[in-house]
Amino acid sequence: MEHPIFFLTKLLEVLGLGHFAHAYPHVTFTWLIMLLLIIFGWIATKAIQLVPFGGQNLFEAVIDGVENFQVEVMGEHGRVFFPMIATFFIFIFFSNVMGLIPGFFSPTANINTTLACALIVFITTHIVGVKFHGPKYIKHFLGPIWWLAPLMLPIEIIGHLSRVLSLTLRLFGNIMGEDLVLGILLLLAGQFLAPLPMMFLAVFTSFVQAFIFSLLSMLYISGAMEHAH
Amino acid sequence: MARKVVVLTAIALLSMVAVAFAEANPQVAAAGLNVYFGAVLAAGLAIGIAALGTGIGQGIGLRGAVEGVARNPEASGKITVTMLIGLAMIESLAIYALVVALILLYAYPMATPIAKMIGLPM
Repeated sequence: MEHPIFFLTKLLEVLGLGHFAHAYPHVTFTWLIMLLLIIFGWIATKAIQLVPFGGQNLFEAVIDGVENFQVEVMGEHGRVFFPMIATFFIFIFFSNVMGLIPGFFSPTANINTTLACALIVFITTHIVGVKFHGPKYIKHFLGPIWWLAPLMLPIEIIGHLSRVLSLTLRLFGNIMGEDLVLGILLLLAGQFLAPLPMMFLAVFTSFVQAFIFSLLSMLYISGAMEHAH
Repeated sequence: MARKVVVLTAIALLSMVAVAFAEANPQVAAAGLNVYFGAVLAAGLAIGIAALGTGIGQGIGLRGAVEGVARNPEASGKITVTMLIGLAMIESLAIYALVVALILLYAYPMATPIAKMIGLPM
């Protein structure tokens, strides 16, 4: 399969960063998403009013929806984690959808981005657990019956490490797979608009994958906060 | 990206050169070609069997969700959300198999040693 052409890489070649942009498209497109989200946020809160209108209304609906869902899943003491979870959701949704636009690349189609997000969730889970429970956090790993503890500890540790792997691979596999299918359909029958039905499915699965990632992060963090069995 | 292109070229060359080397060293060429065939076959089987299991699993989950909605149409919103979460979890198993198949096809781990064995400049 030929090397695809990206708008941002061409633009950065003009600016002189060509080698970096060719080797690391996921980094440069992450910068683009950061810029877009900052601009959206600034536009939405430029002239903030009590009765929202226009862009502010849209963003209030999104943020409110995510926050209500999160408090429903995590409980009131989970409200502190709302900025992180909402950022994950919005960033992953935008970066998934970006790959559908011809000439752009999804940062989440590269395993480095998804591994970074999964590692952040993993480290947050354990820091939260230690902060809430102190040294008693180890009880989460030992299981309900005390004499099964030497068996439960390695199993629980492997289970926790597999969370990182599953979060990474689920997001990476879904997004890279769908970008790959779109690319192959384009090569096979692009003039008959063959990728179009796949693009409809891809918008849906992009939203579902962003939602699943943030839902699983909520569940892991609230699992670290609650009492052991 | 350059490394990927080099590895892909090595695999393509292997398949062509293996036939040419058959006269020179039939055992090594046959071994290289066998491994290539095995990798492609494994990739196809991986995703096929994964799709089979995922289809059955998601179908059973979907049956439970539809029965729940049929029994209680008012709870259809919550049931739909739960069903979608369950389907995404099951789908992730097929995605793991897809990642393994793609590794076998595009990041074929033994391409470099086998190419060295046959004698290509790597």
